[in-house]
This record gives sequence, C-alpha cells and structure tokens, in this order.
Amino acid sequence: MPPTEIDMTTFEELKQMSGADFIGELIDTYLEDAPQLIKNMKSSLTTNDAEVFRRAAHSFKSNSATFGANRLSMLAKELEVLGKENKLNEIGGRLDSLEELYGIVAKELKELHE
Amino acid sequence: MMAAREPGHLLVVDDNRVNRLLLAHGLEQQGHEVALAEDGKIAMDMLRDKPFDLVLLDIDMPRMDGFQVLEAMLQDSNLHDVPVIMTSASDELDRVVKCIEMGAEDFLTKPLNPILLRARVNASLEKKRLRDQQLKLFRTFATPEVAEELMKSGFALGGKYVDATAMFADIRSFTTIAESQEPAVTIELLNNYFALMFDAIASYGGTVNQMVGDGLMAVFGAPITMEDHRERAVRAALDMVDNLVVFNAEQAALNRSQVNIGIGIASGQMIAGYTGTQHRATYTCVGDTVNLASRIEAHTKIAGRPILIDEHTCNGLPENIAAESLGPVLFKGKLQPVNIFGVTR
Repeated sequence: MPPTEIDMTTFEELKQMSGADFIGELIDTYLEDAPQLIKNMKSSLTTNDAEVFRRAAHSFKSNSATFGANRLSMLAKELEVLGKENKLNEIGGRLDSLEELYGIVAKELKELHE
Repeated sequence: MMAAREPGHLLVVDDNRVNRLLLAHGLEQQGHEVALAEDGKIAMDMLRDKPFDLVLLDIDMPRMDGFQVLEAMLQDSNLHDVPVIMTSASDELDRVVKCIEMGAEDFLTKPLNPILLRARVNASLEKKRLRDQQLKLFRTFATPEVAEELMKSGFALGGKYVDATAMFADIRSFTTIAESQEPAVTIELLNNYFALMFDAIASYGGTVNQMVGDGLMAVFGAPITMEDHRERAVRAALDMVDNLVVFNAEQAALNRSQVNIGIGIASGQMIAGYTGTQHRATYTCVGDTVNLASRIEAHTKIAGRPILIDEHTCNGLPENIAAESLGPVLFKGKLQPVNIFGVTR
C-alpha cells in the first residue's frame, strides 16, 4: 500500500541525497526522538511552560518536514504558533490529533525503511 | 557525490538531532570535517578551543540561541572573522534577516537542499580562504593594526586623497656587495636588513607597500590617519639608521660587507588606494609627493647624508629633532627647486 502521509517526492530526494544506508539511520533517529518531543509537549502543558512546548513543536515540525510528512508538519506548526503566542489553553484536541497522525507516519516510515 | 575542492573544518550547531545528522552527513559527503554542538554554549566552548573555517548555526536553541552565539562570536577578536551560515526553518526568514544584518555570512533553509548546501558552504569557505590569504599578505607588509584596518575597510576602496608621508630607502653600495659575495650570503644580508628596517617602520605605524631589490617604499598616515605622520616617518628613519649601526657591527664580526643606506622623505597630499586584482592587492600611494620622496632619496648619494627630507616634512617636526637646511635643489622633472633638509638628530 503506498504511503498516504509521506510526500514521496520529498522522501526520494532525501534518500538520494543521503544514500540508502543513511536514510535508515535518519528514520531511526526521527522515530526515537518524536515520542520524546510529544512527551515534552504533554508535560509542558501540565507545567504551563509555553516556551518548552513551542520548542518541542518547532523540532517536530522541522523533522516531519524533512521526511515529507507535510500534514503532520503543518499540524506541529499550528502548535508551535500557539506556544509562541502563549495560547496553550487553545490547543484543544490538536495534540491528540498530532499523536494519532504521527502513528500513521511512523508506520509508513518503517515500511519505507524495510 | 563529488568532494569539495578544499575540505574545511566545519562546526554544525543545532539542538535537533535529525538536523545535526543530516547536515553532518551532507557535509562529510562533500569532503569536509564536521564537528557537532547541540546548543550555543557547547558551540562557544568548541569555537574557543580549536579553529574552525565555518559555522552552520541554528537560531532556535535552548541555553544559548543563535543570536547570542553570533553576538559572542562578533565580540571575540579570534572569532569575528569566522563565517557563519544560519540554518533555519523557511518560516523564520525575518529572524534570518536580523542575523545577516548582525554579520552572518549567509543562510540556508530547512529542510536542506543539498545543492544549495554545497554551493553556499563552498562560497563561504572560498571567501574565508581569500580573506585569510589577504590578511597574511598584508601582515608581511604592514603592522597587524594596519592589516586589521585594511580588512575591516574592505577592498572596495577606490583611490582617495590622503595627507601622508612617503619614505624611500635604499642600500647605497649594494651592487658592489652583490658582486663580491656568494648569492646565498647576499640574500641572507637582504633578509636581515629588511627585517631590521621593517621593525623600525612598523614601530612608528608605517606600512611598507613596495619592495624592489634592495629598496623599499613605506607610507605613514595612510590607510590609518595619523596627525603626526611627518614626525613618525623621521623617527622611523632615525631608528633605521641606528639599527644599521648594530647590523654593520654584526656584519663586521662575521667578516662580511657592511652597508650604508639613503632615506628620502616627503609629505603632503597623495592618492592612496588598492592596486592589483581581487587575489593580489597592494595598498599603494602615488603622486608628486611620492615622486619627490624618491628623488630626495636618490639625492642622498650626492649630499652624502643618510636622511633627507622636504620642507613640509621639516615643518612638522618637534624641536628635539634637528634638521639642517641644505638649500634648494632642482630635481629632474621638476620645474621649481625644492628646499631640502638633512636630519642630524
């Protein structure tokens, strides 16, 4: 089944640039770091630390864009902006959506890796 | 991928591991040696510890962000010439602009485009190499302060009028010496001689901008303006003559030839600027004043005095430097005779 969340043009470019071996390492790094970033976002909500939230969302946005996970990156960007504007109370269900979407992206990346 | 023409020592600063890996991998593939720092504080420690040719710097980082690193680098005299390429998300261009205004060399947006990465890194490294080369060239001809000033003012300087003092110095009986001894001994003599003369000139803020055979030309009061450039030139000339006494004593002890020099000095308006090409440029002064200094230097042979100066230079000397009027001399190519003075001390 072809990926639905990964833009394959971006992904192929990245693969070409980094080589088949290295993209595996890069995917592993992304999959290792992303859950930690989500964890940081969640914990910063409980401590009401908008700066920590913003930075985690910023990294999430950047890393997702690197692999062509554009919808996920856009969602992370929305969260980054809310953090920047100190509007953590307006996040609503966005963090849950992000986690859910990340689940799909992670699965697709793992498949591409194999 | 093709390796870069000349590899550089690069520092990648980014708090994001994926970005660090990606950048390091891309740069290593291009043949560069890459070190990694995960925030600004670590980066500053690394920069102060060993030299880097280029820094790729993220803006958004914990502890010490890209702005703070850039500012700290610009304030550090050992680091302010190290080029910095900002790496940032495409939606933070306003912050990148601020970094460029502060002094960053260039920028790259993430996700990175490998072709742009290669082009910008190579361009920055090339500029750095050129700057290092020029600085090295200047340091052989000028004091570190002058070299620094030249680097800061840049190479776009066209010609301009400056009020300065020109000095010409030549070894008098050099030709006979050159014919009477081994070539290697002659070159050694020249090197020792120039080292002594350069020291004297540099200690009074002068810049040597020409060396031809056994002769040299120096300028005082340009490119850095100095009110007392006339006095500085004459004091440097006196030191040169003193240094030569020591030099001759050493030569005599080695049973080698001794030398006498002639120094001609004139001051006033001259045209100063860079001549040459981007790759090899020299700071030069030209004009009537410079020609006059050269003629006066040649006249030391006839006058039998080591230091001769023109009237304008003489008028700028303090009382504790004695100069004796030698009357007017009509130089070749000049319509009016010029009053010449011999510096006695």
